[in-house]
Amino acid sequence: MIISLNGEQKEIPEGLTIRGLLELLNIRHQRVAVELNETIIKKDRYEETAVRDGDVLEVVSFMGGGQEMPNAEEVGSSEFGEEEIEKVRSSEK
Amino acid sequence: MNDDKLVIAGIEFQSRLWVGTGKYKNFAETKKAIEVSGTDVVTVSVRRVNIIDKSKENLLDYIDPKKYKILPNTAGCFTAKDAIRTAMLAAEAGITKLVKLEVIGDQKTLFPDNEATLEAAKVLLKEGLIVLPYTSDDPIMARKLVDLGCPAVMPLAAPIGSGLGIRNPYNIRIIMETVKVPVVVDAGVGTASDVAVAMELGCDAVLLNTAIAGAKDPIAMAEAMKYGVLAGRLAYKAGRIPKKLYATASSPIEGMIGS
Repeated sequence: MIISLNGEQKEIPEGLTIRGLLELLNIRHQRVAVELNETIIKKDRYEETAVRDGDVLEVVSFMGGGQEMPNAEEVGSSEFGEEEIEKVRSSEK
Repeated sequence: MNDDKLVIAGIEFQSRLWVGTGKYKNFAETKKAIEVSGTDVVTVSVRRVNIIDKSKENLLDYIDPKKYKILPNTAGCFTAKDAIRTAMLAAEAGITKLVKLEVIGDQKTLFPDNEATLEAAKVLLKEGLIVLPYTSDDPIMARKLVDLGCPAVMPLAAPIGSGLGIRNPYNIRIIMETVKVPVVVDAGVGTASDVAVAMELGCDAVLLNTAIAGAKDPIAMAEAMKYGVLAGRLAYKAGRIPKKLYATASSPIEGMIGS
């Protein structure tokens, strides 16, 4: 089945839970947070929450960042890549 | 040694210098700069885990959350909805209930969207988060945020990453007189003297990122910032002399030869 994972279409085996998916992806649970179809899933529910075909998942963690525009991708719809940031920076000069 | 502690929402902060973790060459440099700065508060952003390249190292492998207070931010969020979503995810990650709320209103200036910031703060405070809001240097805005329940406010000194320093010290002073909570100057400082100025004004702490990360030698600048904060804070507590237009001799007149 196909899910959307951090904005990418991804083929995964049927019958996985969130816990199973994180294990499959080799992601450590401790420092991540998971959103399933725009609802945050608490850690203690990873085991019982099934991932279904067409689900939209976001798996986030803490990255470097201050007050700045991040270089990495961001959650949700408004995304800023290096290009936009460069544009902003060069326009500041 | 340090009996001049900053306390926000019951949390004790050892350092009045808070630093961001963006824009460094690598995690090793980030770690070194943070160590040298003497801070105990680091801001981090909340981002998608890299699914494709899992070999990528995690920032928290370098910055020990037991040693540093992790302050997740909502940097890059342009709507209250995105900021709320990001802050809630940060809280769910399970390290802290602290969040530095920023809702950006404009890409070019990165000035905050005050209306959206208030909206997001209201929701996040209700959810039990400790919301430290990034705001323009507007005393009315600061008051509104505190009225909602924010335990500190973080007015900007100048646009994020601009390095312009404290552009409106008078507004910062008015904010400090308006609200009874700690005031943390956030964004826009460029060098150690800017930080010292903020502290001399009586601000409770300064948060910066680019001023260190973007310096030619970030490690040396991290150290300079440490002393900037210490010097400024000491000067504030010492109480400076008033400014006068004319000279006042500092040596006695009495006993001069030829008198």
